[in-house]
Amino acid sequence: MEKMNDKIKKATRHTNQNEGLIFEKSSPGKRAFELPPLDVPKVDVAKTLGAQHRLDGVQGFPEVSEIEVIRHFTRLSTWNYAIDLGMYPLGSCTMKYNPRVNEFVARLDGIATEHPYQPQELSQGCLKILQLLEKCLLEITGMDCITLQPAAGAQGELTGLLLIRAYLEKQGNARRKVLIPDSAHGTNPATAVIAGYEVQNIKSESHGQIDVDKLRDLVTEDVAALMITNPSTLGIFEERIPEIAEILHAKGALLYMDGANMNALTGVTRPGDLGVDVMHLNLHKTFSTPHGGGGPGAGPVAIKKFFEPFRPVPILVEREGGKLALEQVRPDSIGKVRAFGGNFGVLVRALAYILAYGPGVRQATEDAVLNANYIRKHLEGVYDLPYSLPSMHEVVFSDAKQKRNGVNTMDIAKRLIDYGFHPYTTAFPLIVPGALMIEPTESESKEECDLFIDAMKSIAEEAAATPELVKTAPHTTRVKRLDEVGAARKPVLRWKPASHSKAAD
Amino acid sequence: MRYLPKSPAERQEMLTAIGAKSIEELFETIPEKYRLHDALKLPGPLSEAEVIDYFKQRAGENSLGYTSFLGAGVYQHLRSVITDTILLRGEFLTSYTPYQAEISQGTLQAIFEFQTLMCQLTGQEVANASMYDGSTATTEAVLMAERLAGRGRVLVARSVHPEYREVLRTYAKNSGLHVEEIGYTKSGTVDAASIKSALRDDVAAVVVQSPNFFGVLETLPGIADAAHGVGALLVVAIAEGVSLGAVKPPAEADIVAMEAQSFGLPPSYGGPYAGVIASRDKFVRQMPGRLAGETTDTEGKRGFVLTLATREQHIRREKATSNICTNQALCALAATVHLTLLGKEGLREMAEQNVSKAQFAIGELEKIPGVKRAFDGPFFNEFTLEFPRSVRMINAELLKEQIAGPLALGTAFPELTKHGLVCVTETTPRTEIERFAAAVKNILSNPL
Repeated sequence: MEKMNDKIKKATRHTNQNEGLIFEKSSPGKRAFELPPLDVPKVDVAKTLGAQHRLDGVQGFPEVSEIEVIRHFTRLSTWNYAIDLGMYPLGSCTMKYNPRVNEFVARLDGIATEHPYQPQELSQGCLKILQLLEKCLLEITGMDCITLQPAAGAQGELTGLLLIRAYLEKQGNARRKVLIPDSAHGTNPATAVIAGYEVQNIKSESHGQIDVDKLRDLVTEDVAALMITNPSTLGIFEERIPEIAEILHAKGALLYMDGANMNALTGVTRPGDLGVDVMHLNLHKTFSTPHGGGGPGAGPVAIKKFFEPFRPVPILVEREGGKLALEQVRPDSIGKVRAFGGNFGVLVRALAYILAYGPGVRQATEDAVLNANYIRKHLEGVYDLPYSLPSMHEVVFSDAKQKRNGVNTMDIAKRLIDYGFHPYTTAFPLIVPGALMIEPTESESKEECDLFIDAMKSIAEEAAATPELVKTAPHTTRVKRLDEVGAARKPVLRWKPASHSKAAD
Repeated sequence: MRYLPKSPAERQEMLTAIGAKSIEELFETIPEKYRLHDALKLPGPLSEAEVIDYFKQRAGENSLGYTSFLGAGVYQHLRSVITDTILLRGEFLTSYTPYQAEISQGTLQAIFEFQTLMCQLTGQEVANASMYDGSTATTEAVLMAERLAGRGRVLVARSVHPEYREVLRTYAKNSGLHVEEIGYTKSGTVDAASIKSALRDDVAAVVVQSPNFFGVLETLPGIADAAHGVGALLVVAIAEGVSLGAVKPPAEADIVAMEAQSFGLPPSYGGPYAGVIASRDKFVRQMPGRLAGETTDTEGKRGFVLTLATREQHIRREKATSNICTNQALCALAATVHLTLLGKEGLREMAEQNVSKAQFAIGELEKIPGVKRAFDGPFFNEFTLEFPRSVRMINAELLKEQIAGPLALGTAFPELTKHGLVCVTETTPRTEIERFAAAVKNILSNPL
């Protein structure tokens, strides 16, 4: 076990609790939940359902007490890193502070309790929330219309491409191809295929931008759209985006913008003004609904006016007298992309976030860009900067300098854990071999940024002086590096009574 | 602004360090004419108290004070305060997808437990870490069956939730799938004879739901045998998970697509919920979505990682099994905590209370002249009634009694204009069931 070195300022080791799987604590007859007594006559369940349907208790289900449940999940929670503990600089993920008032309002009686099929007379409050959020997001994006339904960014992408397909089909030709830069998120190509399009990858030019001259040759009448992320995954603003839009539009193709990086633009510029036709937002990134260990999110899609008839149903409409309603039937709609109207609870949190800032949301953008540039300034030279164009909200280094000592981006990331930070994004974007993709967000103080910079510098020194120390990191976590190859070769994806030895913790 | 941790002096200090004269300088790559010079026209800024006040006002414009008999894919069940106590722990709430396993063991072990609970409930061998909801889980299950069978025809029961079928249609349109719908019998179950006559060796999957949209339990073994006889897969959707506390799991299914909302997630006007896909071990490499697996660390200690990622979009890009990235992790955690609290006996008791309550409710309602049960198949906590008048008309009157009445089926099923779907759970008090029955009786006794 490594002694904590005095360069590690942010974190100190302390004991945390061991805990096995909940199934290993189970013992028949223990209970953690009691129901109120039944107030109607008890029926014979086997007779009512039919013997062939009747089940006598779920085999293997845990039987534990209330205190054991609390301790179990509390102990597990202490094994996680979280934004609430410190900087979480995952590039492209926008791990910003999640205000607790948002959680409070999403759980209010009259908000959390509402049924999606209740009469619209009883849903005016929910519908007003949706309407106000629509208005705010349209103001922020500069687009004309919006759908709040998609459950996450990837579903937003699919919705966006289906809108493009429906619009082009109506013009007589859905076209065949979608162009996607090599710096794009993996969801972009995966989505294009589901929407029935062939993916054509386009190479970035030497500065990491889209090669506009090459694009001009690639855009034919067979191209439905270009999917672009702006700022790109390198954290660089695509300066020629209005020109890119013109090239596409001249051939009847459309510009899709992945809004994953809207945290760099909110309040500063608007995609709608830049020539973007369709875009999605990730409310769990830019608008601070919690990531929750991987979800839930929401991926609203904002569009230009001409896509309006194709939006997924239901559609929010305002009737005479100000009454709001959901319309279920639209002849040209792409249909439904999910059941009911969207991840409403997530939408509530996003609106609470926007209301707290108001027009001041621009300050958040400025601070996010300030933090990224501050970190860049201090780490430039310590780490290799493969693309030198100005950074927006994130900065991408490479491990080229440390590689000489056999230390790669994953090693540096793992060592960062010992310093009390969550790693940055490793090995993405694909156009940077050995990428270190750092997005601090606006939620970090100068002090936290300074600690991060010191940690990164210290690790760079270690990589030169004691590379083994970095290559075998982390040294302070409850588990060491895990055997991922073994996990994939012989997958164990559930607990079974026989196959498990006693908890090894 | 209270969320931002910098003083004006610190901002200046940082700008100086960067060598920038002003913050505007950092935005100079955005062409000048596209930069906003005026503030966005947004409401706010609001203090915390004002934010709460805004949402309390909206809450007051909703259904507070009304009793609901709505289900149809979204169910009101008891939730323990413990579930939110755990969900609100920042270590769960404010963490990312557990790609860095060494500092994400809490989330990873919880997902592993979720996968195990979902397998136990559904009678399947492997379950994923969640999909968006029941509708997209059902759709992705069908796409998975299409890949496994290498065939393009799908038979879907009309007794599957209408919104699930609509989502399937949206996704199917561009994937070459041909979706055919199969009708229902007077028992309210899928017409097994029609399935058998439509089954040929070009069918990838048969899709049924149980309990189905009308509330009726499907008899699966015969359908499974027929599907398997021509090499097709059986996909079973489950919208009301609590039924699995009293009803045998669909062990005959090749893929189960479930909505986990009933496990500790509030209705929340349509989401967020959590979809689940469960299946056979041999099909795991065609499954969509994340999977947590057990492994060991360099010292031999047990730990968990995300695994089999070569199915997923961030590795496989256009060749991935699905485009899903963000899932419903926190909702899956809610289900894990909730089901752990309930345990074997709690879930059984909850399910059995639902059966008793629904039997009581149908008994009370059937006493009303002109009201009869539409289908004679066994049901769990939901049932379809035929009324002597349009359900919409009855519901308009019920609203005056502060009751949100049955779901009118006429929109999704044009042949069922006088039919309504009634749901009661363990949360519906007997007195409210009686008040509801009395109100319906009273409405129907008034001349039109």
